[in-house]
Amino acid sequence: MRSLLTVLGIIIGVGAVIALVSIGQGASASIEKQIAGLGSNLIMIFPGHARVGGVSFGAESHRTITLDDFKRLEKEATLLKGLSPMVRSGGQVIAGDKNWSTSISGVAPNFLEIREWGLTMGEFITARDVLARRKVAVLGKTVASELYGDADPVGQRIRIGNIPFQVIGVLKERGQSMGGQDQDDTILAPYTTVLYRMSDGKNINTIMASAVSTEKMNAAYAEITKILRAAHKLLPGDDDDFNVRSQTDIIETATSVTGIMTMVLGAIAGVSLLVGGIGIMNIMLVSVTERTREIGIRLAIGARGGDILVQFLIEAVTLSLFGGVIGILSGIGLGKMIANLIKMSIIVNPVVVFGAFFFSGAVGIFFGFYPAMKASKLNPIDALHYE
Amino acid sequence: MDTIALKGIKKVYHMGGDVKVHALRGVDLTVKKGEFAAIMGASGSGKSTLMNIIGCLDSVTAGDYFLDGVHVNDLDKLQLADIRNHKIGFVFQGFNLLPRTTALENVELPLLYDRRGRIKDPRKRAIEALERVGLGDRMDHEPNRLSGGQQQRVTIARALVNDPALILADEPTGNLDSKTSIEVMSVFQELNREGITIILVTHEQDIARYAGRIIMLRDGLILKDEPIKVYRSAADDLNVLRNAMDNGGNEEEIVQ
Repeated sequence: MRSLLTVLGIIIGVGAVIALVSIGQGASASIEKQIAGLGSNLIMIFPGHARVGGVSFGAESHRTITLDDFKRLEKEATLLKGLSPMVRSGGQVIAGDKNWSTSISGVAPNFLEIREWGLTMGEFITARDVLARRKVAVLGKTVASELYGDADPVGQRIRIGNIPFQVIGVLKERGQSMGGQDQDDTILAPYTTVLYRMSDGKNINTIMASAVSTEKMNAAYAEITKILRAAHKLLPGDDDDFNVRSQTDIIETATSVTGIMTMVLGAIAGVSLLVGGIGIMNIMLVSVTERTREIGIRLAIGARGGDILVQFLIEAVTLSLFGGVIGILSGIGLGKMIANLIKMSIIVNPVVVFGAFFFSGAVGIFFGFYPAMKASKLNPIDALHYE
Repeated sequence: MDTIALKGIKKVYHMGGDVKVHALRGVDLTVKKGEFAAIMGASGSGKSTLMNIIGCLDSVTAGDYFLDGVHVNDLDKLQLADIRNHKIGFVFQGFNLLPRTTALENVELPLLYDRRGRIKDPRKRAIEALERVGLGDRMDHEPNRLSGGQQQRVTIARALVNDPALILADEPTGNLDSKTSIEVMSVFQELNREGITIILVTHEQDIARYAGRIIMLRDGLILKDEPIKVYRSAADDLNVLRNAMDNGGNEEEIVQ
């Protein structure tokens, strides 16, 4: 019991590190999967001032991206494989006696290709639909389920806001995005339809593009920036009034956030380990004092100082490793519990586990050294007479 | 070769300031193999200091100490530890066994620190030592399941296990009652009959008389050093005591 209390600090420290790192690694893997799911070579262009180190989704600013920008890029960019604007609107969708509140995005026909997405039923938006500003809609899986259950919605009529649309297809299921949003809770329509019938006719929220190849990503970036700066009539000294972002940026941001989190919780873990180590030193000092006579006897019958030192050091390390093992098991348990709560899986890295084990042993050696040293330096005659 | 040869031993302690305590002022002493000597004296006579020096636990200020032919003065701390391990078997006053450890493991303890590595089967040695003191049937008992006399016998077994040149006992009966004290002394006497050299330090006359020689110290010097003319058997005394107690006598009176 006394041992358990002593190593509590170590248990907490190690447990925190293990839980945190496992969750963090699980989160990183999940993020990477999400981002890969966005579409490779994906570049996104937003309005707003470029910000260092930050990605702001939906930042509004003085200048926005317009249809002109889109057309310019379409005409002049050579390193882009596909371009699609994304015009956002939101509203109530009514189908028969069911309704659902969701967002509508106006996109171009090559949206599916750019986002590496597909359909489970029906067809996608065509160039003709765009030209004619047709009122056709492709439903995300969640919307389709909410409005139609398991029935086939293709061909059905729905109202989006006040406007009647015809359902022409259903998107494949995608799951949650990195930001925790349901990607299947959406409706896609031709961008001209949304822009002119539902929005202000000029401003678009995002332009999505995919570069011709991963190697050409940087060059594509530069090209887009050049074209847009010219389109926005920016002078050489002016900041960009738009943001060009790719997957890498998003990954970097996400990584830096988790990086900070790791550091903070690492600090907490470090403090706990320190407390645990001090606890061990304390208990070992008490133990040495309590066993002074025993140490005297050992010395008298032939133990050397070194033998005593090693004996007590081993005891300290055993204590700390004991705490370490409990900490590792608790940490894994805690990590799994939290992961269940936020519906994410964790990755338990054996390297981290081994490191935590080794580190708790090191804490034992470091904090056990002083008491062991004290024990080894006892004078046998004095020790034997200790009451 | 004498087991113990002390020549002109002086020991001075420096206590803070200029205070010097002359614990031993020039002691000459030899003890031969197979002897059973008792060192006696009042507190302050220097007997504890002499015992510490014989036991290689403390160094001398002047004089020479030869233990089994080895000149102890020259040895460093590590060598002293080895000498204590190989050549001396300690029996201390009070209970000096490791708690929560069996009798057998306690007896094996000196073998743990034996760096010569000559003993092939430490467990067997330990069992033999325990049988020799009559505790063969209690090897797996921990100290809290042993009586005072039995614990002291375990200590004696531990002192024997490394086949030492002598057994050094410091007030071995100090914490025991009269009957148990006599019991322990009979063990010593039997071991001495088998040829083991024993040096006993005590302040009790009744205990010292079971030895073969009494060395009396006073003020740091040997006052008297005489062999005991009439051998007194502890075993016999023990039997007398037991019979008397069985017949309903008071233990203290009988011992007198």
